[in-house]
Amino acid sequence: MVLEMKGIKKSFGQLEVLRDISLQVSPGEVISIIGPSGSGKSTLLRCATFLERIDAGEISYLDVPAVTTNAQGTAEYVGNAELRKMKQNFGLVFQQFNLFPHYSVMKNITDAPLHVQKRSREEVFAEAEEILKKMDLTKRADAYPCQLSGGQQQRVAIARALALKPSILFFDEPTSALDPELTGEVLKVIRQLAEEKMTMVVVTHEMPFAKAVSNRVIFMDGGVIVEQGTPEQVFENPQQERTKQFLRNYQQ
Amino acid sequence: MSWATMLTTMGEGMLRTSAIFFLTVLFSMPLGMIVMLLRRSRFSVVRWIMKIYIAVMRGTPLMLQLLAWYFGPYYLFGMSIRGYRFTAIIIGFTMNYAAYFAEIYRGGIEAIPNGQYEAADVLGYNKVQTFFKIILPQVIKTILPAITNEVITLVKDTSLAFALAYNEMFALAKQIAASQTSFTPYVVAGVFYFIANYLVAFIMERIEKAFDYYQ
Ligand SMILES: Nc1ncnc2c1ncn2[C@@H]1O[C@H](COP(=O)(O)OP(=O)(O)OP(=O)(O)O)[C@@H](O)[C@H]1O
Ligand SMILES: [Mg+2]
Repeated sequence: MVLEMKGIKKSFGQLEVLRDISLQVSPGEVISIIGPSGSGKSTLLRCATFLERIDAGEISYLDVPAVTTNAQGTAEYVGNAELRKMKQNFGLVFQQFNLFPHYSVMKNITDAPLHVQKRSREEVFAEAEEILKKMDLTKRADAYPCQLSGGQQQRVAIARALALKPSILFFDEPTSALDPELTGEVLKVIRQLAEEKMTMVVVTHEMPFAKAVSNRVIFMDGGVIVEQGTPEQVFENPQQERTKQFLRNYQQ
Repeated sequence: MSWATMLTTMGEGMLRTSAIFFLTVLFSMPLGMIVMLLRRSRFSVVRWIMKIYIAVMRGTPLMLQLLAWYFGPYYLFGMSIRGYRFTAIIIGFTMNYAAYFAEIYRGGIEAIPNGQYEAADVLGYNKVQTFFKIILPQVIKTILPAITNEVITLVKDTSLAFALAYNEMFALAKQIAASQTSFTPYVVAGVFYFIANYLVAFIMERIEKAFDYYQ
């Protein structure tokens, strides 16, 4: 398993946002998470990437535990140094890109491999060139984020995540901040990554995209996984009433 | 009084004025950083003390603060204040400007979107790297215009040291003007402040330009 989450619970004050969520991701799998606003999709990704701390449950990457639950039922994280090392297992692509505005495209991509992973310059730059080519950004290597379109910025963000060679990539609504005519170019590179067997978990509202690229679709509502299965199962033949309703609303 | 004598006397005043200016910048900018950090402390007591400190520094006249720093030790503790004048001036200016700089820094830090910290965190940067590589450069860019304003105000505020009968340039201009019944010393003083501020603006503009490569 690349990622294993078990019995995840997370509340913000009184509000229970994740209630007992379990998720396993095997290598090469592409999972889409769909669900109404406020159902906890982002929170799930933020817990998986340690941006939020879970209250209870277990998280492990590549069978190495990062969070376990003790006898009292509360979550226990590994030490900070170990946790930082665990972060090298995943990448996260944000809805708002969150590129570093004062760094050029190239520096956005190469800085963490150089200064966090401390890899050699030749290797890092050679790989960055490769990734830029794949993202169709070769000509923009020296540009700054403010000089790029939203679609280009998001592709830089994907490149930045890929440069650290993660075992799994998370996307939180990667196209929601984009003009409709720019979503295509971003979905295209994600699809390309899927073909290369990159392990990915994508929160999305793009149903045709979810249908086309994922091996598994997860429908979340009210902090639980209501239903999951292949795209055919979930989209063509949903079992749960809530899923049906959500998909019905979506088609209108 | 000849031009030469006047200019020599006022030249000494300019040196004293410059000393106040440079020492205040030198001490208050880093002190402002510390005040800002304490102002954002996890401990509410510390936050409150800093809030009160900043409120007093910004809410009372700098001239009054200078008088308090200078005469306070005498009135409160009966200490001798001979030879303490210049130190009191530097303390007064530094404490006052640190409060303003702290608020400017705080504004700059709080303007950085949370997403920058989160992106850095997920990429594996540690806290020190995140601050110095990602946050600080962006903060500096956003606060530069406010810093320029503050430094220009400081150039002019140095004249407040005359309240402690310190012979900086403005105090000397006043004395000469009175004894010679001439307005010329004021003109000279005005030209000096103007040129000093012109230089400040010029230098700050250069620094701002250096950060212009992105917006
Ligand atoms: N830091 C926070 N503090 C308090 N409440 C929060 C916080 N983050 C999220 N929530 C709440 O948790 C719930 C789930 O939020 P989340 O962002 O995970 O939903 P989502 O499924 O991603 O929705 P959307 O489709 O709108 O992005 C919402 O009710 C939200 O208001
Ligand atoms: Mg969300």
